[in-house]
Amino acid sequence: MAMLEIKDLEVYYGVIQAIKGISFEVNQGEVIALIGANGAGKTTTLHTITGLISPKKGSVVFEGKDITKTPAHKIVSMGMAHVPEGRRVFAELSVYENLKMGAYTRKDKNEIEESLANVYKRFPRLEERRNQMAGTLSGGEQQMLAMGRALMSRPKIILMDEPSMGLSPILVNEIFDIIRSVSESGTTVLLVEQNAKKALSIADRAYVLETGRITMEGNAKDLLEDDSIKKAYLGE
Amino acid sequence: MKMSFISYLINGLSLGSVYAIIALGYTMVYGIAKMLNFAHGDVIMIGAYMALIAMSQAGLSPVIAVLIAVVVCTVLGVVIERVAYKPLRNAASSLSVLITAIGVSYLLQNIALLVFGSNAQTFPTVIEWTGITLAGGQISISGVTVVTIAVCLVIMAVLVAFVQKTKPGQAMRAVSEDKGAAQLMGINVNGTIALTFAIGSALAAVAGVLYCSAYPSVTPYTGAMPGIKAFVAAVFGGIGSIPGAFIGGLLLGVIEIFGRVYSSQLADALVFAVLIIVLLVKPTGLLGRKIQEKV
Repeated sequence: MAMLEIKDLEVYYGVIQAIKGISFEVNQGEVIALIGANGAGKTTTLHTITGLISPKKGSVVFEGKDITKTPAHKIVSMGMAHVPEGRRVFAELSVYENLKMGAYTRKDKNEIEESLANVYKRFPRLEERRNQMAGTLSGGEQQMLAMGRALMSRPKIILMDEPSMGLSPILVNEIFDIIRSVSESGTTVLLVEQNAKKALSIADRAYVLETGRITMEGNAKDLLEDDSIKKAYLGE
Repeated sequence: MKMSFISYLINGLSLGSVYAIIALGYTMVYGIAKMLNFAHGDVIMIGAYMALIAMSQAGLSPVIAVLIAVVVCTVLGVVIERVAYKPLRNAASSLSVLITAIGVSYLLQNIALLVFGSNAQTFPTVIEWTGITLAGGQISISGVTVVTIAVCLVIMAVLVAFVQKTKPGQAMRAVSEDKGAAQLMGINVNGTIALTFAIGSALAAVAGVLYCSAYPSVTPYTGAMPGIKAFVAAVFGGIGSIPGAFIGGLLLGVIEIFGRVYSSQLADALVFAVLIIVLLVKPTGLLGRKIQEKV
């Protein structure tokens, strides 16, 4: 059974249909990439999964439980973390306070300290700046903070929305290395990216989203070699 | 002259303390729900009537009366939010909730008019203590004045500690910055907004009792003027900022009392003139920060 199953999802903004019946699944331990152009519905899909938007039709099933109607604030404690597009760190809270927010629903005090130490180990820059307001961090540091904040909930699956957006090529590589290491430490990853090349290079499988429909799916390696993908998304 | 200056200053700080306590309710609600709750002033009036009934008609002790006022106003604040504002939270225009708030304000005033009548009722003595005299009897400060300032300081300290140190307080800060991201952290946004209204309305009850202890008469319109002035104080200090509401309230109280020394008719005009000047010079208020919209 898949860890996360999306079935026949349809989402509307008013009268405009953003998602036109998509189905896909994410298995335990996989890195799944959801690629597509701007406006294809990638962010809408993630928002629907974590309950920030409710779909008109279809269902989201996580670990066998239907979470389609579960409010967003109850999702994280089920083991699903969402790193939103544009990072959305709390600018007027310190780095430390942001990370503590990530563990908001957890009650195990000692283990939270352990998670914090792990995040600091993964992102030494965050430890250096732990008392700084998050709004004063650079884009790359904010992305690290957003990822660290999500990891503080000890998720089984982490949803990442455009983690490479607006970052320099060196930082993009750094961020993708981190995503790979998060996956290697046992967390399932659902990655939404416009940077298709990078996303496909670390993903196991991928889905291509075009104006609200999945037009292609397969092994990431095969998609990297596919001519139509090369032409449309890889700029070759 | 010097002695009267000090006594005016203390009276100003006392009146300002009441404004500050009311302004805290305005500013916290604005910070989190991004709305101006114009019915906030009328919650003060309800609080005053509750204390009055509890003491004058039920013969309860002042402490119990204040507690009853606080409980009733807390519930009232949460109910108002749930019934009138929450359904409009995702409305297309933020004007609709503003107009609703004005409607709620009139609703509360007219309910009070219906239930308690339009005649001013004398507010009983809550603080029996006669106060202190300083400088060999040249300055006398009433008990109400001292208690009001002290209560305001305590409320301010507790509130700052609550927002900075406790989990619900941090949830409030997170919600005020980004509701969506806060939800992703597992924060119940509706619950947090309700809590903010509860705290603001409880403070309004306290302010109502203090205000009516200083000016001991209650009518259905008692809350309107201090409500508006506290709103001015909140904007003056920087709406959304808790220390801003505190400083704005105190300054406004002092300005009003000194204005009254000069001319009792002009005092109110002076208060609003100050608002206009502050907004012209520093539109975000004294401690308000410009929030940058990120792309």
